[in-house]
Amino acid sequence: MNQIVEKVLFSEKVAKFVVDAPRIARSRKPGHFVIIRVDEKGERIPLTIAGADPVKGTIDLVVQKMGVSSAKLFELNIGDHILDVVGPLGKATHIHNAGTILACGGGVGVAPMLPIVEAFKKAGNRVISIIAARNKDLIILEDEIRKWSDEVIIMTDDGSYGTKGLVTAGAEMVIQRETVNECIAIGPAVMMKFTSLLTKKYQIPTQASLNAIMVDGTGMCGACRVSVGGHTRFTCIDGPEFDAHQIDFDELIVRLGGYAAEERLANERFLKLN
Amino acid sequence: MSTNKEYLRSERDMEWRAELRKKIANKERTLMVRTRMPEMDPAVRIRFQDREVNTGLTVAQAQSEASRCLDCANPTCIEGCPVSINIPKFVKYIELGSFLEAAKTLKETSALPAVCGRVCPQEKQCEATCFYTVKLQKDPVAIGHLERFAADYERESGFVSVPEVAPSNGIKVAAVGSGPASLSFAGDMIKLGYDVTVFEALHEVGGVLKYGIPEFRLPNKIVDVEIDNLRQMGVKFVRNFIVGKTASFDDLKAEGFEAFFVASGAGLPRFMNIPGENFNGILSSNEYLTRVNLMNAASDEFDTPVLRGKNVAVIGGGNTAMDSVRTAKRLGAERAIIIYRRSREEMPARVEEVHHAEEEGIEFLNLANPVEYFADENGKVNGMRVQRMTLGEPDASGRRRPIVLEGSEYDIAVDLVVVAVGVSPNPLIPSEVKELKVSKWGTIEVNEETMQSSIPELFAGGDIVRGGATVILAMGDGRKAAASMHEYLQGKR
Ligand SMILES: Cc1cc2nc3c(=O)[nH]c(=O)nc-3n(C[C@H](O)[C@H](O)[C@H](O)COP(=O)(O)OP(=O)(O)OC[C@H]3O[C@@H](n4cnc5c(N)ncnc54)[C@H](O)[C@@H]3O)c2cc1C
Ligand SMILES: Cc1cc2nc3c(=O)[nH]c(=O)nc-3n(C[C@H](O)[C@H](O)[C@H](O)COP(=O)(O)OP(=O)(O)OC[C@H]3O[C@@H](n4cnc5c(N)ncnc54)[C@H](O)[C@@H]3O)c2cc1C
Ligand code: SF4
Ligand code: SF4
Ligand code: FES
Repeated sequence: MNQIVEKVLFSEKVAKFVVDAPRIARSRKPGHFVIIRVDEKGERIPLTIAGADPVKGTIDLVVQKMGVSSAKLFELNIGDHILDVVGPLGKATHIHNAGTILACGGGVGVAPMLPIVEAFKKAGNRVISIIAARNKDLIILEDEIRKWSDEVIIMTDDGSYGTKGLVTAGAEMVIQRETVNECIAIGPAVMMKFTSLLTKKYQIPTQASLNAIMVDGTGMCGACRVSVGGHTRFTCIDGPEFDAHQIDFDELIVRLGGYAAEERLANERFLKLN
Repeated sequence: MSTNKEYLRSERDMEWRAELRKKIANKERTLMVRTRMPEMDPAVRIRFQDREVNTGLTVAQAQSEASRCLDCANPTCIEGCPVSINIPKFVKYIELGSFLEAAKTLKETSALPAVCGRVCPQEKQCEATCFYTVKLQKDPVAIGHLERFAADYERESGFVSVPEVAPSNGIKVAAVGSGPASLSFAGDMIKLGYDVTVFEALHEVGGVLKYGIPEFRLPNKIVDVEIDNLRQMGVKFVRNFIVGKTASFDDLKAEGFEAFFVASGAGLPRFMNIPGENFNGILSSNEYLTRVNLMNAASDEFDTPVLRGKNVAVIGGGNTAMDSVRTAKRLGAERAIIIYRRSREEMPARVEEVHHAEEEGIEFLNLANPVEYFADENGKVNGMRVQRMTLGEPDASGRRRPIVLEGSEYDIAVDLVVVAVGVSPNPLIPSEVKELKVSKWGTIEVNEETMQSSIPELFAGGDIVRGGATVILAMGDGRKAAASMHEYLQGKR
């Protein structure tokens, strides 16, 4: 049982939960995630650790409301408990001094990007961050990202905030302007796919953090398998970050829809009950 | 301790045993036929994921079966049991009607008799070396069914004997993983007075017994009784805790843990790496069984989804394959097919499971192997190509090697495929503890006598040491590790 000690709504569909998890707060590193189960009947869902306070013993989770499980989590408030939280899972990001880092975050992907941006900045890099979303309301963690970036570029699909356009437009602008040594892309699979295609064109090493469907998160089930460089890898133990230029994004996108019909049914049932 | 010939002889010489032997002539005993385990009607049971197929022997059936046993002077059955249960002693207690004594006898050496009675491959172990099998060429004494009977009787009687525990010695030890190896380790260590904590990565305690083996073969409540028993004896269980991730061995040492038993299992599923294997609707048996058994995905009330297929193919011939294919049938499959590359005789699954599967209408496509999968426009599997095989010379495992029949490919329509072609050792611990010696297969290397690894305070056993093995072997390892860890820790004082 892990208590929720703080809940901040970023928008109607995105919220930050600060959760009591002292062990994980101490051992986690940027790039790690947890698996939670909200209640007895709940599903195990992966969520990136967006930040942690080892002294207070808390971790931050930033969650977007998608289907049943995230909606159930959304219903919880300060003082409530999440039944199970396990982690930290996955391989930590390889943080080093590369020179200039271009960090591209789309939608809720900005949350997992935050600790990585912070770590790269602390390692002495010049960090340029791009935050992208469909519209102004969905831009999250701008101040936090600014704190650890030399420059922040905001992109919205509809132009309601920052520059109008996709994340790739902002990225290409930076790449043409100055030397970028490494790139990170975190967000919806489609966004990572196109960011990866772009940086491949310019031969910039790129890491993408994948959001494959998971069950256990410990390498036991293979639900999270992805093809990287022609080999099957498990996102939960071999990732979640991989060399973006080697990832078969089309396969990932298809696999993300693997339970879509079942999830839709579950969601309809859930909405009827509430 | 109990393999000791003198102990066996002195037990056998007890008056009650001698008298029982005289009651019925051996000749008469050998003429009795083996009692059949009563089971639920196949047509009914395939509608229930959670009802046990075998319903258990009645008292009369158990006593009758027990009287077949000849109480041999040289009980070869014991040699077939990896934990050397004193088989004639417990069987004769059943014949006598002292069922609680029979259960106590099982517990002298086995931590989980109700489990082993259900899932041991008896036909390859104790029953294979029974006098009836070896010398009389008759059906062996149904040792497994009797073991289950005694354990169930005790549990249902409400007189479960909680073993005595030595006064606490305050020494902290940990078990990593909560499968059968760790449970039996924990039982022995707590009896010796240690302060035992079992860490489990998942949200449920029990390892494969919970997330793998289905309810229709091993009900969770039976495993839970054993776990509660350990809890009552003082074992602490910590769930949602991945040793090596949530905390390192060094962190745990700093918290006072002096030695560890690693039994993290063989959890990593293997795939065949053939074209199309990552299409939707193709999953590992671990994923399929975990969704259904651990996450209750077959129930609408639970949030985890599971794919239901009309035409389901399960690749493999082991217990995991049988469990998956029978689960698919219970979840509504019209056709549920086992595709196995060798013949029926080579199938590693328990004979009883194959038999039950046949009764349930499972199709067997033996001597066939998948070579490619096909999918619809949404990336969901809709067909597979298989290749016929034939058997050649025996390989290293003694089983005849399958050889491809060229040009024999043909296609089958499927909408769900479960891959059950084996598992590899869980890589979490070896990858977090760099100094640990592992084999080229990824299993932890240990001294076979002591189960001690290349790191002195770290012992290991079960599937992480053996690769995919059995419940009873895992339990045996747990007991061995407990004994030698005890010696190691006492030696340090
Ligand atoms: C390593 C990792 C880290 C993650 N970190 C975060 C995080 O920090 N914050 C966050 O909000 N989410 C994160 N996710 C995604 C999150 O796990 C899913 O959004 C969640 O499981 C959805 O569950 P649900 O029941 O609410 O929705 P579902 O009913 O399962 O799905 C609703 C819809 O979302 C789509 N969907 C399902 N799973 C995913 C997925 N994994 N990614 C994208 N779309 C999906 C489905 O196609 C479906 O249409 C992460 C995923 C991974 C693998
Ligand atoms: C579907 C199926 C059917 C089977 N049927 C039979 C049968 O009929 N008869 C039979 O004898 N055998 C059967 N087996 C094999 C048998 O279940 C295994 O040999 C046995 O369970 C191995 O026990 P174990 O204690 O080594 O590990 P497991 O039971 O595998 O348990 C290991 C546990 O460790 C946990 N873990 C892993 N890493 C960590 C970590 N770092 N920190 C904390 N926890 C961790 C895992 O989550 C898991 O719960 C079957 C196996 C399967 C999968
Ligand atoms: S534990 Fe297994 S091998 Fe040993 S007697 Fe029981 S059923 Fe037979
Ligand atoms: S070998 Fe068979 S008959 Fe003899 S004691 Fe063992 S179970 Fe009984
Ligand atoms: S989530 Fe099960 S193996 Fe990765």
